[in-house]
Amino acid sequence: MAARKIKFDWVAATANDLKGGEAVFRRADGSWTRAVAEAELVPGGEAGAALLARAQADHAANRVVEPVLIAVDPTTRRPLSLRERIRADGPTV
Amino acid sequence: MYRYDQFDRSFVAARVAEFRDQVQRRLSGELTEDQFKPLRLMNGVYLQLHAYMLRIAIPYGVLSGRQLRKLAHIGRVYDRSSGHFTTRQNLQFNWVRLADIPDILSELAEVEMHAIQTSGNCIRNVTADHFAGAAADETVDPRPYAELLRQWSSLHPEFTFLPRKFKLAVTGAAVDRAAIQVHDIGLEVKRNERGEIGFAVYVGGGQGRTPMIAKKLRDFLPERDLLAYCEAILRVYNLEGRRDNKYKARIKILVHEKGLEEIAASVEAEFAARPVATANLGEAEIARIAAYFAPPKFASLPARSSVLDAAQAKDSALQRFVARNVSAHKAPGYGVVTVSLKPIGGIPGDATSDQMDALADIAERWSFDELRVSHAQNIVLPHVRLDDLPQVHAALAAAGLATPNDGLVTDIIACPGLDYCALANARSIPVAQEISQRFADLDRQNAIGELKLKISGCINACGHHHVGHIGILGVDRQGEEFYQITLGGAEGADCAIGELVGPGFAADKITDAVETLVETYLKLRRDPGERFLDAYRRVGLGPFQEALYADA
Repeated sequence: MAARKIKFDWVAATANDLKGGEAVFRRADGSWTRAVAEAELVPGGEAGAALLARAQADHAANRVVEPVLIAVDPTTRRPLSLRERIRADGPTV
Repeated sequence: MYRYDQFDRSFVAARVAEFRDQVQRRLSGELTEDQFKPLRLMNGVYLQLHAYMLRIAIPYGVLSGRQLRKLAHIGRVYDRSSGHFTTRQNLQFNWVRLADIPDILSELAEVEMHAIQTSGNCIRNVTADHFAGAAADETVDPRPYAELLRQWSSLHPEFTFLPRKFKLAVTGAAVDRAAIQVHDIGLEVKRNERGEIGFAVYVGGGQGRTPMIAKKLRDFLPERDLLAYCEAILRVYNLEGRRDNKYKARIKILVHEKGLEEIAASVEAEFAARPVATANLGEAEIARIAAYFAPPKFASLPARSSVLDAAQAKDSALQRFVARNVSAHKAPGYGVVTVSLKPIGGIPGDATSDQMDALADIAERWSFDELRVSHAQNIVLPHVRLDDLPQVHAALAAAGLATPNDGLVTDIIACPGLDYCALANARSIPVAQEISQRFADLDRQNAIGELKLKISGCINACGHHHVGHIGILGVDRQGEEFYQITLGGAEGADCAIGELVGPGFAADKITDAVETLVETYLKLRRDPGERFLDAYRRVGLGPFQEALYADA
């Protein structure tokens, strides 16, 4: 069970684009992408907090709106929650 | 319908210019999100899961062909060639870009529309009976009063920062198609024995996480006192409504906590304290507004149409449509047509831009250029000659708008749910689609009869599940979508809040559960005339619980 916990303890930063409103994910180079698979993944905890701080700086710089961290499966690079999968993929209908 | 005067035009134009400047300052970074958010919300702009969403006010659901054509155009140019009609008789665009919204608002202003007060803790778009001015069972046309309330509540300086949002609804028919008893203030326009106009005034109804049926404050408020009395209610609420807890801030909580007697005393005291001369609604002003809603020039026609009778005899699709989607009109030889936005397997309330254009054409040609949006997320053509129904039906069918399911099990109300909404916990639309497909067979639907099924994707209850004959509420249970069922809700004069039937169902089991409920009803109903709601009221939850949880 411990291994499973570590596996799922990876996070990415997501936000909405300021101009268009679309869901975007932060790449390691600091750019934002529509593709969650391209997002920078870091372990939760300190690395996660540092990623969120970088994302919040982008919010402060008016590039994106209301960034948060989301849990992502590092193997599939898919968000764990249905809500975030819908944000990443678009409506299911 | 009401037409803007010079004041209205310059007011809306000034507001568009102001918001254009605010958007520009947001995009340039001059305004932070924290500064901008309350400004955008005042103009109906939300940030949802995938994009900005713009909610456009359609006052009491009334539209002209020109206005609907403009909405079609906006959908085509700025969205994905469609729009979504809501349970507040409004329209939402789900895919707009912030940078485009000032242009959209400018285009709306050209046709006397805007998005002001479609969000925020203010008085929201006033809703009314979607059959207003047309229905055979109507006592008084509610639209002039809805318009007076709209003008009074637009940027009312005292009521711009209420404890929470505030919704008014007006009906002019005792049957109540406007769901007035689940509104903050619900008004029934009526006549007394002397023929004078007045209002039954209800207060403190609502859905959401604490559903409550409104309490009646007055049985017959004189017409002249409408605004003064509403103002008294709002004043009491504005002063005494809770601001410490968002979930207890609606007037229904105040009414519940104080009790009817005390709230009535407070309102009456506030009302009595007002200077009569300034508070009264003058006859001239009522007449001025009512003139905008004068009935169209109906032709003198026989009550039955031989043209329609002959056409129906040859066309079973037309016959089904007329039987289900055409309601009695006050003028002989006319009918009220409900255009279902619930095609089998479709998204409830969605219309493409092409469909909106088609509806505008049909309304201009055959319904005195009038359309309505219903809170059931359908469109109404209020004044269609029975003689013209074969042509209207053919034109609707050509646009994919002739689904004959008004009030049937597939005429489902559903909120946008987790597919779009930032507040939702579960999806609503796919549930609606699956149920719709399961019950696609029209013979089966008609055999079941009237059954109002309403789905919300969270406890805020935008899908009105509390007043569904069958209500479905989506919840998040440890990361999985789960659906609770309530039974016996109703929105009309016999308003009731549905009762929870038992434990919820997983997403892949909810359609089966609905089918079990329907089959149980069919077995126990006394005769085909006993609707699902009637049968439920006679037998209660028991038989339905037994059927649903027999294997549990």
